[in-house]
Amino acid sequence: MDFKENIITHFETFKKEVNSPAHIDEIRESALNKFSKLDVPTPKHEEWKYTNLKNLVNKTYQLGNKNIATSSYTHKYTQFINQYDEKDVNILVFVNGEYISALSHIVSPSNELIISNLSQAYREHSELIEQHFSKYATYEKEAFVALNTAFAQEGVFIHVPNKTEVKLPVILHFIADASATDVICHPRNLIIVGKNSSLTVIEHFNSTNTPFSTLTNTVTEVYVAENAYCEHYKIQTEESNASQISTIQAVVQRDGRFNNTTVSLSGKLIRNNLNIKLNGENCDVYMNGLCAITGSTHVDNHTAVDHAMPNSQSNELYKSLLDEKSSGIFNGKIFVRQDAQKTNAYQSNRNILLSPTAKANTKPQLEIWADDVKCSHGCTIGALDEEPLFYLRSRGISEGEARAMLVFAFADDILERIKYEPVRLYAEKIIAQRLGMEE
Amino acid sequence: MLSIRNLEVAIGDKKILNGINLEVKAGEVHAIMGPNGSGKSTLASVLAGREDYEVLGGEVEFFGKDLLELAPEERAGEGLFLAFQYPVEIPGVSNTNFLKAAVNSIRKYRGLNPLDAVNFLKQMKEKMKLVSIDQSLLSRSLNEGFSGGEKKRNEIFQMAMLEPKLAILDETDSGLDIDALRIVSHGVNTLKNKDNAVILVTHYQRLLDYIVPDYVHVLYKGRIVKSGTKELALELEEKGYDWIKEENSVLA
Repeated sequence: MDFKENIITHFETFKKEVNSPAHIDEIRESALNKFSKLDVPTPKHEEWKYTNLKNLVNKTYQLGNKNIATSSYTHKYTQFINQYDEKDVNILVFVNGEYISALSHIVSPSNELIISNLSQAYREHSELIEQHFSKYATYEKEAFVALNTAFAQEGVFIHVPNKTEVKLPVILHFIADASATDVICHPRNLIIVGKNSSLTVIEHFNSTNTPFSTLTNTVTEVYVAENAYCEHYKIQTEESNASQISTIQAVVQRDGRFNNTTVSLSGKLIRNNLNIKLNGENCDVYMNGLCAITGSTHVDNHTAVDHAMPNSQSNELYKSLLDEKSSGIFNGKIFVRQDAQKTNAYQSNRNILLSPTAKANTKPQLEIWADDVKCSHGCTIGALDEEPLFYLRSRGISEGEARAMLVFAFADDILERIKYEPVRLYAEKIIAQRLGMEE
Repeated sequence: MLSIRNLEVAIGDKKILNGINLEVKAGEVHAIMGPNGSGKSTLASVLAGREDYEVLGGEVEFFGKDLLELAPEERAGEGLFLAFQYPVEIPGVSNTNFLKAAVNSIRKYRGLNPLDAVNFLKQMKEKMKLVSIDQSLLSRSLNEGFSGGEKKRNEIFQMAMLEPKLAILDETDSGLDIDALRIVSHGVNTLKNKDNAVILVTHYQRLLDYIVPDYVHVLYKGRIVKSGTKELALELEEKGYDWIKEENSVLA
């Protein structure tokens, strides 16, 4: 079955089953309508030049949130949930896009953190939903955002009231589990951080290794209000049958700060879109990315930062370590609009090819309309430097160990920017194990 | 301990060393001097095992082993140490972790058990005093953002930790102010004993006021054209290298 037909069939059934408020239904219909008119991206589209979806869209998927056997929850998914040895954390678990309350626990007090499944928020927080939902991640031109919006039902809704520091982080575990058929799901998150407030959110993507394919098509909208701060991590450790198209759309208001660190360690095909709009003065944004992959994993990071107002800054550093037949794409756009004088925008992308069959493509794009700005960008693709390698070996360290130390250091440059330690340690451990390092 | 016979080395098509002969015995300090481009640093690098060079002929024996057959890490294991002219900065690798890996790799090569954390730190504290290196430098990334003098002191600190049998100091004195030079020399002199040896590769006689060599060799156009005692260095200081160049103008 054609991908679009497949989706439209899903929608017919889905529509009857969900019982959403009228204005959500309107958005759904409009988004599906848009999806049916947009082309499914192919490498002929400039933004998808290096990422070919043909092996993903040639499958007939079942819509995810249908076939989970309740009794098998605990055992099957504990390994994912317990990855962080941390009790003091809010955890929400979604399997194939469906919220599993039995596996989730929220420990932050409700005056500090208002958190629920999105479908519940449609009714309980309708005002905030109307104000923010689908206002930032626009679907007019993006087929997969349109698709996600049509099916937006499960996912996290977070609202941090004004002047509130959420002390404990929120971990969202998205587990893809295709046990009997190929599965597609569309988790949708909305995060609203109120004025003068702060929040740390981790999106962690896992999957079970089965003969079937999964496609997780996720959208997260983040609204960072005046002088608020959101620390956001995306950790991707899926199996080789799991693919993901994932969009983060953040809007940062005056004096706001938004830091994203995206760590992609495994999976089949991953496309990350990170779009940030700096919508006020004196905003501060960090975009850090590490893609450390092997096998035939394909990771495509598209980032776009839009400086709309003066005196803001954005810092971007994306690094890739590409081994075996993996491929890493980086496309980073910086827009500085005419009003955005005194903008500082820095971008850097560094790629190390660890094998002759690995591939990297990098494309910085700067579009600057203001005249009083500081912007820089740079990118490199190469093998591991010989000089440091010789230095370490000349001190008695074996070539293998020296390589591992240098590769780890390259990766850790990104990981050490992760302020929430359990996440940092978790990612470091995976890299260290892969490199055969002790401890 | 080290015996170099007729060593000929090229980079690409360019021949740099044209038949070097040198004998170094335990307890000796040799200085290798010479004008820029004479091949001093090439000699140091080839001995340490840098791979950019092609050995065209000759042999190098180190304690009876064919040094040129060994990988750089094996040479270190055998007791060879090169203090780099330009120590490389390695972001993300902490100085301390690096040293621990180095010390234990060499111990492993020699069939010794690794040092545990306590003994390693104890040894480190001891050797830090020797070159007046600050704890804060050791917790930082290897050489990253170090001043020139700090990098050179760090080289001698590594030498102190690794206790090599033969240390080759490649222009360790270049760019050092007099205080740093004293510290570095003090470190080298303290580490010096009857069982080890030092090769000082230097452009300036000044270093030899602090580390007194037993032999001085002048390298020119890839050959040792003159050997003598420390007085030769003073003569070079006084007269420069021109008379060497003139004496050897027949060399290609």
